[in-house]
Amino acid sequence: MPMTSTTSPPPTSPSRSGGLAQRLLGTKVADVLAGPHDVDHYLELLRPDWAVRRIRGEIVQVEHQNDDSLTITLRPTGTWPGFEAGQHVEISVDVDGVRHRRSYSPSASAHPRTRTIELTIRRHPEGVVSRYLKEHARVGMFVGLSTPRGEDFVLPDPRPRRIVLISGGSGITPVLSMLRTLTDECHDGEISFLHYARSPKDLLYADELERIATAHPNVAVLPVYTREDAATGDPRSVLTGRFGVEHLRHVLPVDEDAAAFVCGPGALVEAVRTLWAEEELRTPLRFEHFAPPVLPDLDPDQLGDVTFAGSDITAAADGSTLLEQAEAAGLSPKNGCRMGICLTCKCTLNSGVVRDTLSGEIGGVPGEEIRICVSAPVGDVSVDL
Amino acid sequence: MSTPTATPPANAFDDDDFKAVPKSDRPLSPKAPDRESRPAGHSRATASTDVAVAEPGSDTSRTPGPLHAVPHMSQDMLDAFGREMEAIRKKHMDDRGERDATYIRSIIKAQRRLEVGGRALLEFAWVPPFWVAGVAALSASKILDNMEIGHNVMHGQYDWMQDDELNGRTFEWDTACPADQWRHSHNYMHHTHTNIVGKDRDIGYGILRMSEDQPWEPYFLGNLGYVSALALLFEYGVAVHDLETEELRTGTWNLRERLPMLKAIYDKVKGQAAKDYVLFPLLAGPGAPATLSANVTANIIRNLWTFSIIFCGHFPDGVEEFTEEETADETRGGWYVRQLLGSANLTGGKLFHIMSGNLSFQIEHHLFPDVPAHRYAEISVDVKEACERYGLDYHAGPLPYQLFTVFRKIAKLSVPSAPELQDYLDRPSSSRVGKVAGRLVGGATGVVRGAGGVAKGVVGTVPGVRRATAA
Ligand SMILES: Cc1cc2nc3c(=O)[nH]c(=O)nc-3n(C[C@H](O)[C@H](O)[C@H](O)COP(=O)(O)OP(=O)(O)OC[C@H]3O[C@@H](n4cnc5c(N)ncnc54)[C@H](O)[C@@H]3O)c2cc1C
Ligand code: FES
Repeated sequence: MPMTSTTSPPPTSPSRSGGLAQRLLGTKVADVLAGPHDVDHYLELLRPDWAVRRIRGEIVQVEHQNDDSLTITLRPTGTWPGFEAGQHVEISVDVDGVRHRRSYSPSASAHPRTRTIELTIRRHPEGVVSRYLKEHARVGMFVGLSTPRGEDFVLPDPRPRRIVLISGGSGITPVLSMLRTLTDECHDGEISFLHYARSPKDLLYADELERIATAHPNVAVLPVYTREDAATGDPRSVLTGRFGVEHLRHVLPVDEDAAAFVCGPGALVEAVRTLWAEEELRTPLRFEHFAPPVLPDLDPDQLGDVTFAGSDITAAADGSTLLEQAEAAGLSPKNGCRMGICLTCKCTLNSGVVRDTLSGEIGGVPGEEIRICVSAPVGDVSVDL
Repeated sequence: MSTPTATPPANAFDDDDFKAVPKSDRPLSPKAPDRESRPAGHSRATASTDVAVAEPGSDTSRTPGPLHAVPHMSQDMLDAFGREMEAIRKKHMDDRGERDATYIRSIIKAQRRLEVGGRALLEFAWVPPFWVAGVAALSASKILDNMEIGHNVMHGQYDWMQDDELNGRTFEWDTACPADQWRHSHNYMHHTHTNIVGKDRDIGYGILRMSEDQPWEPYFLGNLGYVSALALLFEYGVAVHDLETEELRTGTWNLRERLPMLKAIYDKVKGQAAKDYVLFPLLAGPGAPATLSANVTANIIRNLWTFSIIFCGHFPDGVEEFTEEETADETRGGWYVRQLLGSANLTGGKLFHIMSGNLSFQIEHHLFPDVPAHRYAEISVDVKEACERYGLDYHAGPLPYQLFTVFRKIAKLSVPSAPELQDYLDRPSSSRVGKVAGRLVGGATGVVRGAGGVAKGVVGTVPGVRRATAA
């Protein structure tokens, strides 16, 4: 499948220019001079490709893999520490003035030679960030980056002799990174890659997979098309339908010492895990979901349990505000006006949603800071008190 | 709180929401009785007699409302007004988005450019034009940082953007005052208890006599001196504000309790001084003295400007004060009306509003402290229209005139009127030295007060004065 590229310049290594200047900006003196803000506060708008503590990435390439997915290549600031194959990074993107943070797994090789970050993003029909990026990602745009995250879903060191990679849809990204890293390291153990897509049209990285399979005799790439009629036309496609034991036997003939990784839609991950348990396989299996947030559909008056996580107290909600409930539970959270104007009472919502007692609006996402004096819990709620 | 992208279409609300009518079906109130037309000497009456005179009718529909300043506003009307304000707030809260983000980011960008540019120029401050240009740029940058950015961000106006840099709880600003303490003294104490004498510590900042309800004592003879010092050193005044140092005068101030706050102030001041008064001058090498003088000047300019804007927000003539009694059972509607009557706007152009952090729209800011401030100009149209219908005063005036009335008030309140002096001399707590001083002053003030009386007659409005707390 041809990739439509909106740019010609290939990704280059991060700017090394201004190395000395950037080092000076990282000193303690620079901190005092910039106080009470930090140096990055100034760099963000004046020289966004420089940073001393924060991490940002400039989009240097945008490719639309198909109608639903795009691949962006980021050139990170010098503060990017590099990542391990399988890890993910949180990017922050402003959409309609609001900063959203979402995790994406870099799909390129984690070999230190690679200085860029390649992300492949599938557009969700109603997704805020994926839709925005699909439509608006442009070369020259900056996004915020976190340090790489995820300690479990990574290639073990030393590398196992035999590695089984299973992915579905956009879940290809972390396992593709593993595959690319292994080939970059000239790993000569056997690698089997079982990738599920609806049809050849939906197969991400088709050319790249083809190229790797041809260049590395130890790599077996097996695309599986889940739509019955879709298999025709791809000679490599020897399997069809959904994941089952015969698919597994194809890539893992015996229960041997190997390592297996699965990433993809919940159903695929569950099927693989169930099979692993049923067959009592010894091969360690690691898995990852790209779970989208679950939005419970709650009646605004529904009462649940309120958990004050910091104090390990859980109480049944009584319809009053979180502040009143906390006080009734014997806590004394900081507060001032008790009417939503001074922000003294703000604390972090760990989970659940709340009703704004002033406007009646229901909202709240985990991690958001809420004014507990004007927030009543809807359903089960946990706050950091 | 709300799903940020779920901005409802503009027509999603019932039109009625914006034109809420009072719960009772009585016609909207007539304009408030003209205070000027009241009998002379009336302003000294207590709140209740005040009302009785203004509203002689005794049928229940004319029961005076709880606020002495607007006796024509019954509790129902206060609440109806409150609902209209809530509707305005909702309209703007739901509409927050790209426009606000673009605005605040462009202000931040301008501030950073001005700061970096100003600092760069001031490394060559020994060249006079550079000194002048650098001071201008640095003062402007500090003013933007403190007002349009710092003050407004710390009110949580941009929390919805979910940008760590614009988080009201963690933002730090370029002044001597630790942001955390300011969030307490300003966001809570001042915004909740606006203009309630005895509760709002912004009335006089604990060092000035700004209201006749503050009992006079000889210390206040220095009122004009203190206010001048406060204006010059405003950032430090704001810094020690939350320490409640007025308790020093009554001997109830507890050092041990305040130590952590003092430490925070010390750390903040240390950082500020190291940057402005040591490091940047040192970087200029032999030009250090010029850079130092420029930095001092920029800080003072910022202090004078912020002082002027802030003092004109609540202390010009006509702005109402409230007592703890009348606000004890306050409803949200009453709160809105108090915010309105306790604040005054400054008139001016667009740049003036930006440089005052839109605190020139003090009324709108007090009504809607967490709505992005650049919307206040727009909001003021709706607020004024509602005030018109409810017969509520909407105070506004140009900066120089408002500042003049503030200083006139400060001067006037530094000397006691005859009853105030008597009251002081009768107070058992007054010290002997104070009483002697008081008597001496008494002789001198007769003359001053006489002159003041003439001035009063010429200029006009004298705010109604209550003695409920001073008794
Ligand atoms: C560790 C990890 C790694 C990941 N790696 C990748 C990757 O490499 N590539 C990739 O494409 N994704 C990856 N993801 C998923 C990614 O982080 C996002 O969840 C995804 O892109 C969707 O984000 P969004 O903002 O577009 O959608 P969101 O706005 O978060 O919505 C998510 C889903 O919920 C639905 N939804 C949203 N709002 C509502 C509503 N009000 N009512 C009902 N449904 C709603 C949307 O239709 C959408 O399907 C990863 C996730 C994790 C946790
Ligand atoms: S206590 Fe003031 S906002 Fe909650």
